[in-house]
Amino acid sequence: MTEEIKDTQWPLWEVFIQSNPGLPYKHAGSVHGSDKEIAMQNARDTYTRRNEGTSIWIVPSNSIVASNPSDSDMFFEPSNDKIYRHPTFYVMPEGALNI
Amino acid sequence: MNADLDKQLNVFETKINEDINIEPRDWMPDDYRKHLIRQISQHAHSEVIGMQPEGNWISRAPSLRSKKILLAKIQDEGGHGLYLYSAAETLGISRDEMLHQLHEGKAKYSSIFNYPTLTWADIGAIGWLVDGAAIVNQVSLQKTSYGPYARAMVRICKEESFHQRQGYEIMTKMMQGTKDQQAMAQDAMNRWWWPSLMMFGPHDSDSPNTGNAMKWKIKRQSNDILRQKFIDKTVQQAHLIGLSIPDNKLKWNEDKKSYDHGEINWDEFIRVINGDGPCNKQRMKHHIKAHQEGEWVRKAAIAYQLKRKELINQ
Repeated sequence: MTEEIKDTQWPLWEVFIQSNPGLPYKHAGSVHGSDKEIAMQNARDTYTRRNEGTSIWIVPSNSIVASNPSDSDMFFEPSNDKIYRHPTFYVMPEGALNI
Repeated sequence: MNADLDKQLNVFETKINEDINIEPRDWMPDDYRKHLIRQISQHAHSEVIGMQPEGNWISRAPSLRSKKILLAKIQDEGGHGLYLYSAAETLGISRDEMLHQLHEGKAKYSSIFNYPTLTWADIGAIGWLVDGAAIVNQVSLQKTSYGPYARAMVRICKEESFHQRQGYEIMTKMMQGTKDQQAMAQDAMNRWWWPSLMMFGPHDSDSPNTGNAMKWKIKRQSNDILRQKFIDKTVQQAHLIGLSIPDNKLKWNEDKKSYDHGEINWDEFIRVINGDGPCNKQRMKHHIKAHQEGEWVRKAAIAYQLKRKELINQ
C-alpha cells in the first residue's frame, strides 16, 4: 500500500440489537469500524456488555435511507383519513360474542 | 424564506413545549445544535479522560476481584464516551473534529478528572462520589429534549449504578478495616467531597449557559437543585459507615427538609477548569500520546480493508 491514508476514525455503522429471539431489532446507536468484522466486534463491545442482545445487525450509516421530517405531515397524512382500517370503525350487533 | 423559517421555528418550539424529542434530521435552531455539540462532546470527553485516574490503579488493585471490577468499570467509561460521541455525531460534527477540539483545549472535560488518585481509597471515592454526582446529573438528563442524547443517558444510567455501588463497597470495607485504612478512606473523602460538589457547575445565579439550555429543555434541572439532591442523598451514606463530611457548616435544615452547606471554593473551580489543576497537563499529554500512537493501527486497518476489496474485485 503506497497510497497515503490520512488520519481516520473509520467509517460509521448503525447498530441494531435483538434483545431476545422473536423480538424486533432495535436501533442502539452507532460505532466506527474499518470493515464489517471490526464494526461487528466494536458493536458487541460497545452495546452488549450486559446481555442486552442475542443478535446484532450492523449497517453502513450512509446506506440508510430515511424519510424527510419536513415532509412527514404529507407523507403520513393518508393514514389519518382511512379510519375504516381500524376495527373500532365497525358497529357490531348487540349481543355478539368473541368478536 | 423568512416565513419558512418562522414556521420551522414554530414546529420546533411546539415540540419542545409538548416534550416531544427532537431527532437528528429535524430542523433545529443553530444555537440549539451548537449548545448540544458543546455539551455532549464535553460529556464524552469527560468519560474518556475519566478513565485515566482509575487506570492508575489497575496494576495495583488489592485483589483479583477488585482488579476485574475496576477493569470492567473503566471499560464502561470508554463505552459511555462512545455512546456520547455517537450522539454528538448525529448533529453533524465528526469524531475527528471533536478530538481536535479536545487536544487544542477548545473543548473542555469535567474538571474533577484533573485531581490525582493517590491511594486505593480514591478509587472508592471516585465510584461513590464522582459517579454518584454524575448519576444525579444524568438521571435528570434522561429527559433531555434531544433524542439521541436522551437515549444515551438511559443506557448510561443503567450502568452507572454498578459504578457507584462498587465505590461505596470499597469505602465500606476500608471503614471496617484497620485504623490506617479508615484514615485513608477519610482522607479520600476529604479530598473528593468538594470537587464532587463542583461537578454540578456554578451557582444558578452565575451560570451563563443555563437560560437557553433550560428553555430548550436540554437541561431539565438547575445546577443548584441537582447539587442539593446529591448532598441530601450522600450524607446519610457517609455517616452510616463512619465517614464525616469535610464541611463544618453542613447542617440539616428542618424547614427545607435538606442540608445547608458551606460555600464552595469557586476560585479553585475556575483555576482547575482553566488548566491549573494538579493533573491537567498530564491528562492531556497522555490522551494525545495514546491517540498518536494508535494512528498506525487505524491506518493499517483501513489499508487492510482496501486491500481485501481489491482481492474481491479481481
